[in-house]
Amino acid sequence: MSAVATAEPAIRVNGLEKSYKELRVLRGVDFEVAPGSIFALLGSNGAGKTTVVRILATLLRGDAGSCSVSGFDVVAQPDEVRESISLTGQFAAVDEILTGRENLVLIARLRHQADPEVIADDLLTRFSLTEAGTRRVATYSGGMRRRLDIAMSLIGDPGVVFLDEPTTGLDPQARLEVWQTVKTLAGQGVTVLLTTQYLDEAEQLADRIAILHQGRIIANGTLAELKALIPPATVEYVEKQPSLEEVFLAIIGDTPAAEASAASTDKEPS
Amino acid sequence: MTTHVLGDTQVLTGRSLRHILRSPDTIITTAVMPIAMLLMFVYVFGGAIDTGPGSGPYVNYLLPGILLITIASGISYTAFRLFQDMQGGIVERFRSMPIARSSVLWAHVLTSLVANLLSLVIVLGVAVLMGFRAEVGVLPWLAVAGILILFTLALTWIAVIPGLTAKSVDGASAFSYPLIFLPFLSSAFVPTATMPGPLRWFAEHQPVTSIVNTIRSLLAGQPVGTDIWIALAWCVGILIVAYLVAAAIYRRKAS
Repeated sequence: MSAVATAEPAIRVNGLEKSYKELRVLRGVDFEVAPGSIFALLGSNGAGKTTVVRILATLLRGDAGSCSVSGFDVVAQPDEVRESISLTGQFAAVDEILTGRENLVLIARLRHQADPEVIADDLLTRFSLTEAGTRRVATYSGGMRRRLDIAMSLIGDPGVVFLDEPTTGLDPQARLEVWQTVKTLAGQGVTVLLTTQYLDEAEQLADRIAILHQGRIIANGTLAELKALIPPATVEYVEKQPSLEEVFLAIIGDTPAAEASAASTDKEPS
Repeated sequence: MTTHVLGDTQVLTGRSLRHILRSPDTIITTAVMPIAMLLMFVYVFGGAIDTGPGSGPYVNYLLPGILLITIASGISYTAFRLFQDMQGGIVERFRSMPIARSSVLWAHVLTSLVANLLSLVIVLGVAVLMGFRAEVGVLPWLAVAGILILFTLALTWIAVIPGLTAKSVDGASAFSYPLIFLPFLSSAFVPTATMPGPLRWFAEHQPVTSIVNTIRSLLAGQPVGTDIWIALAWCVGILIVAYLVAAAIYRRKAS
């Protein structure tokens, strides 16, 4: 989607409202996402994060307000929107009976790509799934499924990627793998809208964070801006204890690059 | 978008055919129950059933109904597979992609057609082993195949509805039980003339009887009379209504 001017936000949401019968899930949501950035929509379960994503992905219609993705209106130009996005839902939407490679070829064919086989092999390599590629997805671990799911989302080079709770239900290692993938994506200029209920996930990944609470965005800014909202911290000296996650990863001897860099800054002697 | 309908349908049909290829048991289990009925009715009850003078061996009389039962039990797998797709979120994924929307349903319908034809061939093979013979030309056979295809399509579109709306796996496949039972209240097993008044009226006016009579006449080399038109009207009518309902439900799910 290089045709989109840089000044234009990749995602624009204006006064979005949605009710399910009596229940008012969204009560006027506004936000914008700059192209090539990672935007986290943070909120507890039932806050309406998935509803926002489903509306932006043309799967659901809002009751009021307007939304555009890559400059296309989600109601008036759904086909154009679908061309420019990909959605990774809350539960890995992969075909369990097919192999990993067949899943990728399937999506590549449906995205009308010129060379589905080559694309599949390339993505298997990029997501470290080459060996598992010929196995049925039913035999995959949760992390492998999620990686395959995200790999499937990247076929056709969508400009905007929606990740709805991409790490819910994953073990710590798989979670780090997904984080690494998301960072790589943003590095390639893809706009990522990510929903999560994990504060550390938003902190690790997002350029901007919006907090969705009771159907409205109650805060929206960079991590530093959000931190400035609360009174300045008083300095206390606390002995640094390793988190259980660090212990777990150290014991099983598995420290992916993402964690290694994050952990090393944490452990800086003061 | 519409230019992709055929290509997308082909790709998605390839996908669900691969599902069947990987679990060929669905084809066999579809055929097992009709074959069991065939055996039971021919060898246990058949001797006591009088189908009238000149009607040939009972297996010839019975086969058309058994073929319809095969289709009725086969389509429950379509509802099951569609339900699994809906639950697994893969339909959601397809719908957020720039592919022709109707392709998702058509792929399941075409797959159902292939799977059911395979099951029908198995049942037919067993019937031949049991002494079924039809000394007729190619044309009546083609007509029979055409009616069976039409019946499969009509029933499959009915199966799409629970596949889209069911809340549980059991709910998705339970709808086929009445369809399997319907041939018992028709001319499939015994001539309707022996049934008491209201039941006889129902049996003679429900779709299975006209379809069974048409297939039976075609395979016996006898004139089909008006039965074939009634049978075609039923099949096409059910097909259109079920298709419209299924398509409307599918569209409504998007908003």
